[in-house]
Amino acid sequence: MGIEARNITKTFGTFTALRDVSLSVATGELVALLGPSGSGKTTLLRIIAGLEEPDSGSGAILFHDEDVARRRVGSRQVGFVFQHYALFRHMTVFENVAFGLRVRPKAHRPGRNLIKYKVMRLLKLVQLENMAHRYPHQLSGGQRQRVALARALAIEPKVLLLDEPFGALDAKVRQELRQWLRRLHDEIHLTSVFVTHDQDEALELADRVLVMNEGRIEQIGTPDEVFHRPTTEFVVQFLGQVNFFHGRLEGGKVHFATLAMESPEHAGAPTQAARVFIRPHQLDIGVERSDQPALEAVVLRIHSAGPNVRLELQAKSGERLHAELTQDRYRKLGISTGSTVYVTPREVKVFAEKT
Amino acid sequence: MALKQRSVLPGFGLTMGCTLSYLSLLVLIPLASLFLKSASMSWTDFWATVTDPETLGAIKLSFGASLAAATINAIFGLIVAWTLVRYSFVGKKFIDAVVDLPFAMPTAVSGIALAQLYSTEGWIGRWLAPYGIEITYSRWGVMVALTFIGLPFVVRTLQPALEDLDIEVEEAAASLGATRWQTAWRVILPTILPALLTGFALAFARALGEYGSVIFLSNKWEKVIPMLIFTKLEQYEFADAAAIAVVTLVASFIVLLFINLTQWWSRRYAA
Amino acid sequence: MAGTVALKLTSGARRQTTEAIAEPRWVRWLLIGVTLGFLGLFLFVPLMVVFVEALSQGWRAYVYSLADADTQSAIRMTLTTAAFAVPINTLFGVLAAWAIAKFQFVGKSVLITLIDLPYSVSPVIAGMIFVMLFGRGGWFWPWLEAHDIRIVYAPAGIIIATLFVTFPFVARELIPLMQSQGTEEEEAARLLGASGLQTFWRITLPNIKWGLLYGVILCNARAMGEFGAVSVVVGNIASTNTMPLHVERLYKGGCDSELAAAFTVASLLAMLALVTLVLKSLLQWKTTESISPEELRYTGD
Repeated sequence: MGIEARNITKTFGTFTALRDVSLSVATGELVALLGPSGSGKTTLLRIIAGLEEPDSGSGAILFHDEDVARRRVGSRQVGFVFQHYALFRHMTVFENVAFGLRVRPKAHRPGRNLIKYKVMRLLKLVQLENMAHRYPHQLSGGQRQRVALARALAIEPKVLLLDEPFGALDAKVRQELRQWLRRLHDEIHLTSVFVTHDQDEALELADRVLVMNEGRIEQIGTPDEVFHRPTTEFVVQFLGQVNFFHGRLEGGKVHFATLAMESPEHAGAPTQAARVFIRPHQLDIGVERSDQPALEAVVLRIHSAGPNVRLELQAKSGERLHAELTQDRYRKLGISTGSTVYVTPREVKVFAEKT
Repeated sequence: MALKQRSVLPGFGLTMGCTLSYLSLLVLIPLASLFLKSASMSWTDFWATVTDPETLGAIKLSFGASLAAATINAIFGLIVAWTLVRYSFVGKKFIDAVVDLPFAMPTAVSGIALAQLYSTEGWIGRWLAPYGIEITYSRWGVMVALTFIGLPFVVRTLQPALEDLDIEVEEAAASLGATRWQTAWRVILPTILPALLTGFALAFARALGEYGSVIFLSNKWEKVIPMLIFTKLEQYEFADAAAIAVVTLVASFIVLLFINLTQWWSRRYAA
Repeated sequence: MAGTVALKLTSGARRQTTEAIAEPRWVRWLLIGVTLGFLGLFLFVPLMVVFVEALSQGWRAYVYSLADADTQSAIRMTLTTAAFAVPINTLFGVLAAWAIAKFQFVGKSVLITLIDLPYSVSPVIAGMIFVMLFGRGGWFWPWLEAHDIRIVYAPAGIIIATLFVTFPFVARELIPLMQSQGTEEEEAARLLGASGLQTFWRITLPNIKWGLLYGVILCNARAMGEFGAVSVVVGNIASTNTMPLHVERLYKGGCDSELAAAFTVASLLAMLALVTLVLKSLLQWKTTESISPEELRYTGD
């Protein structure tokens, strides 16, 4: 295991940021901690780094099977990239990257030439070799981010931790840097954990995603797993837009609005209230009533600027719905605001109401 | 380009006119007359006055004691500001408010209090007297008075700079393996250095011009510059007084310039 | 440069430093100890001395020295001086701040520097320039003598010298405050039909009142406490005395009762200083409360 943290609890006064959280990251893996703000993801990252101490009674923290829980932040050999970069503004890019090497005890400090060699190699890696003598304020946001990364890598860390690495960048730079970081990770294969509240970022970049909410882990899995097979209601709602219905489970079927659909996973369940979720792209839209069970709805708004067309619908049974369809399909249907359509769910996610 | 940009707000002419007139009458013209007065002296007379042993002695004492006082304030002010910004302890708000006492206290009051305290019978002076250390009525007394009146400057200029420090930057240094001492020396100090220098310069400039508190702790033979000017005025030696005053003013303006430079310098890394 | 550092507008709320970057406990205690020791030795002890010495001859002597005719006249002179200097410089401060903060014009930073000028002039030199203008042998002396007007060695001189040294206080507080508040609110008021004066009274003044009061309090403290400039203007004439000058005369008198009397008058001034500090702290907390963190970022220089 690259990183293992066992039964971590952290309270700030009366606020519990983490409740008995355990995490393991395989060597060379890139894991995303995904969750809304206040879910405890940054606290977990800071505890792994040693910037924050977990409550007593928490378990071990291991890097490559070596317990580092008792070690102070400086001796854990973590590369930490801060959300706002935290570059030393009075030092040049070169000095920033060299800092971690220059503050080592004399016995372990590399010589001047070796430091220069190492720093320049890293700057080349992050494509900033021409910027070595600039100051942080002379760089763009994306460049600063890369300096922060090079600085973290300079100490040859055992693990790399990134706190909202793209949080402070604008949309376009974000997208570019995201792909660049993924390529870089594939190149250096350093065990890495990054925190984000952006689901696209987590799903696109990570090998595995760890969804957090209110100090707990909701689900751990590959991007595919968490998106297509969410195990909790929170995960369904957090990962993208979703339509919600109150329903009822009865004899292996779920009843909601005017519909009844098979729900094989609840085959043996007793009759009970249920919560039903359907993603917008899982709704089929037709203009004519078919033999399929369908919801009758009126089109309220159409957002057609984009790769897909999104519809806002008002069901006859009262619910507001969001549906998403391809531009092709939209043109074929020939609908406009006020049209009546028939909505058929392809796939639903059902959770028995907690009692 | 127009001298003033158009605005929908009224009163620019009136307020600007009043400001400029009042400023000219009260400050600019009187100060200019001082320079004129000294300009009426011949260069040799001016030079003779300024290099007179008495003047040189005063300049030496003023600069020496002011530098020493500003240095003491820079060192202890840094500690006080750090403590007030970073640590919490009982009575901190009270301590923070009291730092301004030297600003609020009339200098004559500070002067007699310090003189009394450090005299050979005073609460502090009596413990030093057996070792032959006399503070009141010596150059050490001048230094004590100048330290007192300059005390708030370093603390008050450093506090905002320390509050602005990004905690993440210190955490970054720690995560890169720097010890707390290395972080303080290589990361924190360079960042707050401009503020520290500004505070030092402000304390120094204030000390150079100080009169009220110093006169109670100094003696007849060791005068600071303002005391010398006062003596010259009492003897109606206006031209001499003006010459010395001009030298002092120029020195203060140089310090002022230095402060502006450090401010400009401190912004050089700002994004 | 004598005087003050601009009103501190910083919020108490800051992110807590974590264990990871905290100093060892003994270092913390050492630094707190040095702070308390240094401030104790340089601030508390001198303050205490003033009151202890003032009461060294007992309460009767204390009251007696306050009732003394010279002391009474010194108190009156100090109050009169403040009564002239504070309103005049307050008015000037508001006018100057309005012109500087609400309009864009060429040479603004030069003007601000010139307003700050009296801070960097030694009080003795401040007094001296007026002696040279209005004193015996000064430029205006023949004219003043012909019209039998006394400025130097007279109350008028004290007031003029005090005006000079307290000149920047109010403007210095208001300029950054008003600059940080911008002109949008005033522009909105004008668009809604308010006259210039209405805009000032109803929009600007409520926004700056605490900063203004803060400047006035500092200005007043300096006006009542000024020694150097006033001392030069008054010279050796015993009849015109302010409280700080009276302190000096009594102290230099030398005998024990005069010494105690000097500290008695000094204790009044020390109380003035303490009241100033209390009001100042209250106003600082008040302004930190009323200013949003967004504004703090612009003004907390």
